[in-house]
Amino acid sequence: MTSASKIKTPRISIQSLVGLTWPAVSLIVILLIISLVSSLFGTDVIQLAVIEMLVMVVVVVGLYMFIGNSGIVSFGHIVFMLLGAFCSAWLTLPVPFKHMNLPGLPPFLAEHQYNVFLAAIISGGFASVFAGVIGIVLMRLPGLAASFAMFCVLATVHIVYANWDTVTLGLSSVVGLTTYVNVWVAFGWAAVAIAVAYTYQSSHFGLALRATREDEVAAKASAINIVRQRMGAFVLSAFFVGVGGALYGHHLGVISVGTFWIEMTFITLAMLIIGGMRSLSGAVIGTTMVSIFVELLRELESGINLGGIVLTIPTYSREFGLALLMILILILRPKGMMGDKELRWPFGIGLKRRLRIRGREEE
Amino acid sequence: MSPIIQHLFDAASLGGIYALAALGIGLIFGIMGLINFAHGDFFMIGAYVIFLMSGRPVLVVTATTIVVVILLALATDRFVFRPIRGAEGAILLTASFGLSYLLENIVFMIFGGRPKAVDFGHGLVESVTIGGVRISQLDIFTIAMTAVLLIGLTLFLRKTRYGTEMRAAASDFRMARLLGIRANRVVATAFALSGALAAAVSFLLVVRAGAVSPHMGLMPVLFAFLATIIGGMGNLPGAALGGFILGFVSVGLQVVLPPDLVQYRDAFLFALVTISLALFPGGLMPGRQRGERI
Repeated sequence: MTSASKIKTPRISIQSLVGLTWPAVSLIVILLIISLVSSLFGTDVIQLAVIEMLVMVVVVVGLYMFIGNSGIVSFGHIVFMLLGAFCSAWLTLPVPFKHMNLPGLPPFLAEHQYNVFLAAIISGGFASVFAGVIGIVLMRLPGLAASFAMFCVLATVHIVYANWDTVTLGLSSVVGLTTYVNVWVAFGWAAVAIAVAYTYQSSHFGLALRATREDEVAAKASAINIVRQRMGAFVLSAFFVGVGGALYGHHLGVISVGTFWIEMTFITLAMLIIGGMRSLSGAVIGTTMVSIFVELLRELESGINLGGIVLTIPTYSREFGLALLMILILILRPKGMMGDKELRWPFGIGLKRRLRIRGREEE
Repeated sequence: MSPIIQHLFDAASLGGIYALAALGIGLIFGIMGLINFAHGDFFMIGAYVIFLMSGRPVLVVTATTIVVVILLALATDRFVFRPIRGAEGAILLTASFGLSYLLENIVFMIFGGRPKAVDFGHGLVESVTIGGVRISQLDIFTIAMTAVLLIGLTLFLRKTRYGTEMRAAASDFRMARLLGIRANRVVATAFALSGALAAAVSFLLVVRAGAVSPHMGLMPVLFAFLATIIGGMGNLPGAALGGFILGFVSVGLQVVLPPDLVQYRDAFLFALVTISLALFPGGLMPGRQRGERI
């Protein structure tokens, strides 16, 4: 063990600090620019689209925290969105409305109206607690079984909520949620989600989970507790997906059980996979790209005036186009647009290379 | 006594549908590791073919539906799954999810979202009385059809050259190729068989529901997944067994649950499956473990 004493702890200079945090910072800056431009120059339609995109960033980054790091594609994460959205509605709807329409609520929900920010955090927490309970069973299952068990959980909760009329209004919509989610609220949460996701994936825990993704047997042999690592990511990811659900409700002002079902599962997974499910940059860029693409198709569906000729495409083209895009990306780039890579600091020597060079000098 | 016999027939016929659906998924999973989410859309498109052809002679409708669904299955293999063959299970599954969304929206574009009534096979809905027990003809028909198809599939897999090749490919795809089995042909055969089974399910679903809609494939395919998972992924007898278990548990819950909880029946079913997964992560009859060998 004599050589161990010779290895110096790497000093972290300003430049390497930039290199280290760059992937998260650059993503936040890109979203900041989009938010600024849309709030200064955008029309109402564009602003709404940008808010929706930022809310989806929260959800998809939440999905990524589990799927990207563990490699298990969960088909049921939208259950956390469902739980979060309804939890926030229960907390923030006006008391008279709850008395009239949701008689099944317990007194502490029915008699009080809570602050919206607090409600978002409680909603995320509620989703996390739920994840913690189901995770005890689900995190022990091998890959594909876990993917499907997640879907079973989504289906179970969906059926319960769809039939539990006294607290969810069943299949009709709950209206009148405060629409406090403007561009900056949504941007704030998106930035927090990105920062947390990046911190997590660079931490000891994130790296351990990524090791289990690459090689379960080798990870086990290196004393990594697979169940515990997966559980950590699962609970963390449930929090952000739950918050995303709450924000989604307060962005639209209307929620219904049917909103958080197959369609939402498909769109969020498409965003993650088109971007690249193993990269945080992929999650954010995929969400941005798909949002822009869907918005363009939506405009085309309602008709665009090109010098006197109104160009329209048939209804359902949006869904059709998105599905086609996803299949094409999977065929052409099975790892998504970003693959395994994050955005890197484009100037000077990156941190990785510096460490490698230093390592060689020490040999 | 007689209500119990009626319930048993109900359960066996429901289980038969799930078993046929689960076999279609299990066949493909065994060979290429793909969980085909779009399998439910094979049922749905088959049902729309029946809707379009209704009024013609039964034989013509049957033949057209089977041919169309088999061609559809072959086309999805050729244009979507062949280019990504060998990718990880998660990627394949996601691609099939995308394909399912694509097919559903094509149907939405052409026919719209409203369910459409189909006048086909309504004669089967009537019941017959055998020894004091009223049994729907459809149940008898379903059970007979399931039995014939199960026996036929077993004979095909055991006695024909193609069947042997498929079993070889399912047990070790790479080794089978080294021994001169053509990968494309084996996979295409699996898709064709899966399409034929899906067409059979289309008939049963249309006669049961009397209507078609773009989302009609969703619940059956979910139950079929559950069946393959309960039975053990990649194990065909397991998939069929899983289908029957689901049918019996489903009808059992319907009978046992108090009236105000019956609407939550499927929630109980999904919860039970989740628990059974926790107890037997590989299913009741675990098939070949994928990706866990060293």
